[in-house]
Amino acid sequence: MRTDISRINEQTPHQELTEGLMVFAGGTSKYFETGEWRTRTPILNHDLCRQCMVCSMVCPDSCIPLKDGERVEFDYKHCKGCGICAKACPFDAIEMKEGR
Amino acid sequence: MAVKDRMSGNEAVAFAIRQINPDVMPAFPITPSTEIPQMVSTYIANGEIDTEFIPVESEHSAMSAAIGSEAAGARTLTATSSAGLAYMWEELLLAASNRMPVALALVNRALSGPININCDHSDGMGARDTGWIQIYAENNQEVYDNFIQAYPIAEDPQVHLPIMICQDGFITSHAVENIELLEDGDVKEFVGEYEPEEFLLNPGKPIAVGPYSVTNYAMEAKKNQADALKRSKEVILKVAEEFEKISGRKYGLFEEYRTEDADYIMLIMGSAAGTAKQAVDDLREQGKKAGVIKLRVFRPFPADELAEALKGAKAVAVMDRTESYNGNGGPLGSEVTAGLYRKKIMVETVNYIYGLGGRDFTVQEVYDIFGELEDFIENGKAPEQFQYIGLRK
Repeated sequence: MRTDISRINEQTPHQELTEGLMVFAGGTSKYFETGEWRTRTPILNHDLCRQCMVCSMVCPDSCIPLKDGERVEFDYKHCKGCGICAKACPFDAIEMKEGR
Repeated sequence: MAVKDRMSGNEAVAFAIRQINPDVMPAFPITPSTEIPQMVSTYIANGEIDTEFIPVESEHSAMSAAIGSEAAGARTLTATSSAGLAYMWEELLLAASNRMPVALALVNRALSGPININCDHSDGMGARDTGWIQIYAENNQEVYDNFIQAYPIAEDPQVHLPIMICQDGFITSHAVENIELLEDGDVKEFVGEYEPEEFLLNPGKPIAVGPYSVTNYAMEAKKNQADALKRSKEVILKVAEEFEKISGRKYGLFEEYRTEDADYIMLIMGSAAGTAKQAVDDLREQGKKAGVIKLRVFRPFPADELAEALKGAKAVAVMDRTESYNGNGGPLGSEVTAGLYRKKIMVETVNYIYGLGGRDFTVQEVYDIFGELEDFIENGKAPEQFQYIGLRK
């Protein structure tokens, strides 16, 4: 009964969908690319960034990953462009640009 | 061995719950269903069952908790009436669309206003399109029997839908009648253990319940849910057959009472069917060919089966214990006539509204209704549609 989410798409006939559209699998939200909703995009100015990591902590969608003690590039597949990171950045290192 | 006892309808439901020993019961009290959670709480306090009772702060929370608990893998139920059911409205739809086999003991009571605590079917009828299975009872015995059949229907893999077991507020919920109870062991065996294949609290096998659906999935999900409700009809009949084996009591989608050769039939739901049967017995003694169909399963609506059962009649009185405020009669009236029309069965029907807010429905009124049907056919005098029975004029 486990769901192979890779086999379900917008052409799947109703008989092949799960009951109540339940997903019998874990960690599948990463396949839901909420970055498509974005109308404004955060851009990092590397010269101003001091790696304080405040942006990563305030991101409600965990779209600012950390690696080896530094924040790395935005996860644009899932970033909805809310702009919280830009507001929170104490060094004005994040700018919101119109569009995706 | 059956046990003979006497009980109110609420006691009978609470007794069935004791025998089933469900896992979780979130509930909030409301007249006239309050006794059900109260009595279940007593069973729990006395150590007779190990159901987890959640004293929630509202019916909105009761149904939310029921959905959460059912999704977690626990057999869950609640009880309510009237405004309590109305306050569950949003969650009723979710229980059904999330395909959760929750059971709900509904003790039918009028919806406000005017505010009133007595019986009519406006609460259940208000929830008629929420995707729940709805089964109505004439008396205490039936509501007990229906409750024992609830989980085997709802939890069937072909169904996986929530189920409402309805009885008439005060008329059956508080009136004490003779009743034949099943042995605890028989009920336990009949209902069985709840073993869902997939559930939230299942380590290593994660699931997501009620995920967001974009446009391209919503219609497909609804179709699947509608198909499940349709399939539940067969399951209801199959479970009734199994139930007959342990109880000796026979149930169907509806009961046909003296209708074989009937010219005039009254279609009715709930406790008032008893009144109608008494009147039909009296009319039969006078040589009148009258009969009663008591609808047991309102959802899924057995439109084709009812149309077939009514096709031999000259005229049918369709009795609604609710006002639909649509200028076109009650839910039973609308749905049964739609079923007749689709089958091209052109039986005369008259839709009556009765018993609102606990108004008495008497044997004399049933005689009068059958008299109107006869006058209609014999003398061509068409009765007024949607008239209120017992209204002061």
